[in-house]
Amino acid sequence: MIELEGVCRGYGAGPPALQDVTLRLARGETLAVVGPSGSGKSTLINLLAGLDRPDAGTVTVDGIRVDSLSEAASARYRRSRVGLVFQFFNLLDDLTVTDNVTLPATLAGMARTTARRRAAELLERLGINRLAQSYPGRLSGGERQRVGVARALINRPALLLADEPTGALDSAAAADVRGLFADLHAEDQTIVLVTHDLTLAGTLATHTVKLLDGRTVAPEVTE
Amino acid sequence: MSGLGQVVRSGIRRRRLTTVAVGLAVLMAVTAAVLGGSLLVASSAPFARAFARQHGAHLTVQFDATKLSPAQAAGTARTTGITAAAGPFPVVSATPKAQPTQAPAPLTLVGRPDPDGAVDDVEVTNGRWPSKPDEIVLSGDAPYARLGAVLRFPALPGSPAFTVVGHAVSVSRTADAWVTPDALTAPAGYQMLYRFADAGSDAQVAADRGRIAAATPAGALTGSRSWLVVKHDADQNTGVFVPFLAAFGILGLVMSALIVGTVVTGAIGASIRRIGILKALGCTPAQVTRAYAGQALLPASAGAALGVVAGNALAVPVLAQTNSVYGTPSSGVAPWTDFLVVAGILAVVAATAISSAWRAGRLRTVDALAVGQRPTSGHGRVAAWIAARVPGPQQLGLGLSRPFARPARAFGLLAAVTFGTVTVTFALGLAATTADVATAKNHDNADVVVHADLQFLGRGQKPGTSPRPAKATGTSAQIGVAITAQPGTRAYYALAETSVAVAGVSGTSDLYAFAGDTSWAGYQMVAGTWFHGPGEAVAVSTFLHETGTRIGDTVTLQAQGQAVPVRIVGEVFDPHTTPEVLVDAATFPQLTPDSYHIALRSGVNTSAYTSRLQAALRPYGLEVLPAGGGSHSGTLLALNALTGLLTLMLVVIAGLGVLNDVVLDTRDRIHDIGVCKALGMTPRQTVAMVLTSVLPAGLAGGLLGVPAGFLLHARIAPAMGHAAGLNLPTQAVNVLHRPELSALVIAGLLIALLGAALPAGWAARTRTATALRTE
Repeated sequence: MIELEGVCRGYGAGPPALQDVTLRLARGETLAVVGPSGSGKSTLINLLAGLDRPDAGTVTVDGIRVDSLSEAASARYRRSRVGLVFQFFNLLDDLTVTDNVTLPATLAGMARTTARRRAAELLERLGINRLAQSYPGRLSGGERQRVGVARALINRPALLLADEPTGALDSAAAADVRGLFADLHAEDQTIVLVTHDLTLAGTLATHTVKLLDGRTVAPEVTE
Repeated sequence: MSGLGQVVRSGIRRRRLTTVAVGLAVLMAVTAAVLGGSLLVASSAPFARAFARQHGAHLTVQFDATKLSPAQAAGTARTTGITAAAGPFPVVSATPKAQPTQAPAPLTLVGRPDPDGAVDDVEVTNGRWPSKPDEIVLSGDAPYARLGAVLRFPALPGSPAFTVVGHAVSVSRTADAWVTPDALTAPAGYQMLYRFADAGSDAQVAADRGRIAAATPAGALTGSRSWLVVKHDADQNTGVFVPFLAAFGILGLVMSALIVGTVVTGAIGASIRRIGILKALGCTPAQVTRAYAGQALLPASAGAALGVVAGNALAVPVLAQTNSVYGTPSSGVAPWTDFLVVAGILAVVAATAISSAWRAGRLRTVDALAVGQRPTSGHGRVAAWIAARVPGPQQLGLGLSRPFARPARAFGLLAAVTFGTVTVTFALGLAATTADVATAKNHDNADVVVHADLQFLGRGQKPGTSPRPAKATGTSAQIGVAITAQPGTRAYYALAETSVAVAGVSGTSDLYAFAGDTSWAGYQMVAGTWFHGPGEAVAVSTFLHETGTRIGDTVTLQAQGQAVPVRIVGEVFDPHTTPEVLVDAATFPQLTPDSYHIALRSGVNTSAYTSRLQAALRPYGLEVLPAGGGSHSGTLLALNALTGLLTLMLVVIAGLGVLNDVVLDTRDRIHDIGVCKALGMTPRQTVAMVLTSVLPAGLAGGLLGVPAGFLLHARIAPAMGHAAGLNLPTQAVNVLHRPELSALVIAGLLIALLGAALPAGWAARTRTATALRTE
């Protein structure tokens, strides 16, 4: 499902964010990427999402060479294969919960009615259907992250990428989101999550990789 | 101060796009203002300025070469009252062998060793002054234009041929062409040019002339021309254009100041959070003000420096065209214009920057810091809700709802587009009016003219030229049949010209008697109607004024021994100051036509038609020539080029206002754009979203700006006409019709879209990861 081969990425004159990273992940597995701040975790997520390109090495997801995609192609790749969950939710304030959730689907050309029906199903499944017409500014952190997850799942992605999904939440909300990811894992959703939350990594991950100064710390992939 | 300097430098580095927008806006503003200011200067008494600059001749005198030696002519410079003199220059009048399509008009040739002198500094506008006896330089308004052309003068001794080596302008109109003195081996006379201590009135110039005549043998002074006559001709030909071109200049200046003010205010308005940080770090409001004034003034100064260069570079051809309209020598940009423009624009930048930064600096620090970090106020949610439910691509809905989220900024955008559209509408209306006035001024739409009275060939004749030829033979009926029979003829009318006296009024007026279809002739009515038959007349405003008559009055015209009462049924537009009255030819049946004016069918070759008609009319001794061309079309071309350039400049400035607003808005929401891109928005969809966000303002700006510009033009154009002493015909004011106005609404959209294109591309190219990291 995921293959990173000798991936390097640097920014300016500073030390490289990622150095010679190699890892693999099969479909249905969950990878937790852990490490201190500045170790290159978010860079790794960005490369997997096609938001950034490596200076060297290859990134292959679901048979697609993500590192060689154009901007437009990488946008289409994200629509069709990837769901993104952000630490700070990144919901659009001016849109209702439903409109936020349907956004990736309508950008991908899905009919509005189909997108709304699917969004309603997801909100129901995530237990926040009562918030469908609310605006993000009125939601709690946990509710916002549930909306973020619903948005990530709207296009039924092969890969769910989550960047510190519990990082901005209080402990109760974090536990709530942990449960949500456990459910997704149980449904064989392939997940890569970047986290400081060792509880989340420990309970959820089939694999854990630790990054330190842009390098994977041996063993590269631990079960 | 070094700390503040660091703040300024880092601010400029961090907000590069805004810095570039300020610099670009100032560059365009200074360029437009230099152009506008130069136009204003050029339009301010163009003849008087050019006359002063060239030390124009108050009196041009020609002495008979057989009665006065060159030394005697030179001696007249010592006559009382003369402050400067030039000459004697040998002079002849001769007709060059013409091109087949040109009237063989005689030229006054003056032998002059160089263009400079104490009087009449002739300005060489193209090529060089003649240095050999077989070279000639032509006056700018002479009919033979091309450098390198050879003019042969069969009537001069030795049939000399001259190669055209240059073109020159003499404001005093002292010659049609200049050659070296030794080229004129048998001069008919000697030309002397004088400046006097007192030459402000006809009486003073007449007294000056009288003293010169008294100082020379009787009959030696064969001709003279006062500068007041030249000035009168120049003023009546160009006066009509002065207010129109001056209006363009004012538009450029006003627009420049407004757009620069908007851009700087917007740029500082987008920096409030940074201002909060500076205050939190200990900057006082005064330091913040100084820092942000500096941040605006640095790129503004760079833009101003480049703008002066660009303005001067552009002003050279523009002023050349302007001066060709005015018939004056080209004038460069006055240094004080550059200085005033730069100082004025930088003062606008400083004033707006200081007032905006001062307001921002007085905000409570916590409020300034919170800008952009609090949830949005809820503006635009309804619009976003509706847009999300309207069928169509999602990115378009996101774009369309955007203006409602930031109403203040959307209002700024709307103002820029509206102002731009008002300006473009007004400018195009003004240009169309100017062109219409220029056409109406010449009121002759003929393609070909048959000259029955060959005296037209003597136009521009100077003292001492050969007698005029007589009228040709052939009746008007015969000539009319020949014209009608000619394939390609669409319509024609015959025109007779003579002087008439009006019973009870001193002086004479010019009478024009028309026969045939005059509907296409190009005369435009200010009021009333065109005459419908004998006994009716239309008159120009000068005639009505001088005779004290109005439409509906009856006057008795006396011409060639016949007194005919006619009722004035209309006022026809004519900017000339000569009193003219126009009647049906049947009113004065004894008059014979002087010319026949022919309109050709579409697609007919004028040159071939002219040749065929010339052959058909040869038995009658008539001259057939293509009409139009000359200074009329040249003036129009110059005006059109000027209008195009100035309108383009104003559109670019309006577009810069839009650009700045969209840049600021795109910066504000770059994080949201990054989110959308992360969720799968392609670069093309991003461009579409940003462009769509300006559509409401573009459309609304067009819909508001077009009627506003239309009304402004409808009010200003007649007022400017009155300022020039003209009653403009309705047709010259109502120049913008529904198709043009509809197209101008689209122009509002185009201004908005063009202004947004750059930031849209920038948003599409921004790396998603970078955008997501942006606060």
